Amino acid sequence: MIFESPQTTQEAVTLLAKSKGRVHVLAGGSDLLVRMKGGYIEPDVIVDIKHIKSMNVIKKTAEGFLIGAAVSCGKLGEHAALKKAWPGVVEAANLIGSDQIQGRCTIVGNMCNASPAADSVPALIAANALAIVQGPRGERRVPVEKIATAPGKTSLKKGEVVESVLLPPRRAKSSDAYMRFTPRTEMDIAVVSAAVNLKLGKKGVIEEADVALGAVAATALRVKAAGKAIIGSTLDEDALDRLEAACAEACNPINDKRGTIDFRVKVSKVLGRRAATLAYTRAGGIK
Amino acid sequence: MALLVESTINGDKAEFVCEADETLMDVLRNRLGLKGVKEGCGTGDCGACSIKLDGTLVCSCLVLGAEAQGRTVETVEGMSDGAKLHPLQQKFLEHAALQCGICTPGFLIAADALLEKNPNPSEEEIRYALAGNLCRCTGYDKIVKAVQDAAKTMNGAAK
Repeated sequence: MIFESPQTTQEAVTLLAKSKGRVHVLAGGSDLLVRMKGGYIEPDVIVDIKHIKSMNVIKKTAEGFLIGAAVSCGKLGEHAALKKAWPGVVEAANLIGSDQIQGRCTIVGNMCNASPAADSVPALIAANALAIVQGPRGERRVPVEKIATAPGKTSLKKGEVVESVLLPPRRAKSSDAYMRFTPRTEMDIAVVSAAVNLKLGKKGVIEEADVALGAVAATALRVKAAGKAIIGSTLDEDALDRLEAACAEACNPINDKRGTIDFRVKVSKVLGRRAATLAYTRAGGIK
Repeated sequence: MALLVESTINGDKAEFVCEADETLMDVLRNRLGLKGVKEGCGTGDCGACSIKLDGTLVCSCLVLGAEAQGRTVETVEGMSDGAKLHPLQQKFLEHAALQCGICTPGFLIAADALLEKNPNPSEEEIRYALAGNLCRCTGYDKIVKAVQDAAKTMNGAAK
């Protein structure tokens, strides 16, 4: 195995494009090294992206918050402005693993590992975040929900690397929330999760709403109908019932010992409701 | 492919050779003799291999040795001041916060990382901060008490 630590994104792209065999990007390593240890993968080349400056920073720009691919989830929690603007994204990122894991794991790694139960991914989808992908043909911006295509599979092409994630600027009277169900309170993997991002207009009426679910299908899902179900409402009981129905309708979960199909579908309704209520309150709505 | 890596380990400059796919945990234990770094699960769940990498608490089983290039590594071996134990080590002894001892170095490093960030943590904060470290002997009460007592001692000494 060859270990490379490029200093620039361009160098990383060149390495990824020209390397032969099994090439893996190393960010925090909290999934990659576990898979290597378990014998699931045997990389020929590992490209460590942690020496690339642009991938190590959280930047606030006119376009929003740019979070570098090598920034650990722990660092997101320490960033006061980001936490204030995107509390749902940050709480999702901070739910991944222990403090030890928080020191290493990244939201871009979470996204590219492509687990259906990835905590940060539903929150990023609801946030309308874009993955900034760099490759041999330059940059492309991809909605986060288009990165994972199946468990463990992504739409990234040979030579491509996600450089950062762009969260849009936080507008007035808007906020987000993320919730998950796990058998234990911490250090566990979501059986179901839900993220809601919404913006209020006059008199607490919801103008825009984005809902995403995790662990109820092969990839994290954007549930357009659930967002639509609460737009124009003040999140009254009828609206919440419609949101619940839309969440349940979108679910296509596996049946396993961690959660039956019935259970996962039911919990998607509960978490959709609770995440929407929390996001609504955070946005300044009165419940 | 063998690599030459230079880093600072427990305050001293260190050079080591490792394979590209060798974990930092294996380097510390097998090449540098720092056996305080324990392997429990090898997959980041148990925290027995906890170290500080550039001051950040991490599981060394999830770090490649090659990643330590130019960085600082702190292990349990660097905690005491010669024969004088670190207050956390002393309080773990006094509170009998260990039995078999396999998890202890990881707990000490994690507790040290916590007290650095938060010198006066609540019981709940301690339990959350140590949630990445598993102990199968004592239960966690004695460990939490030892950390609380060490925090008290360290805050007293700082005044």
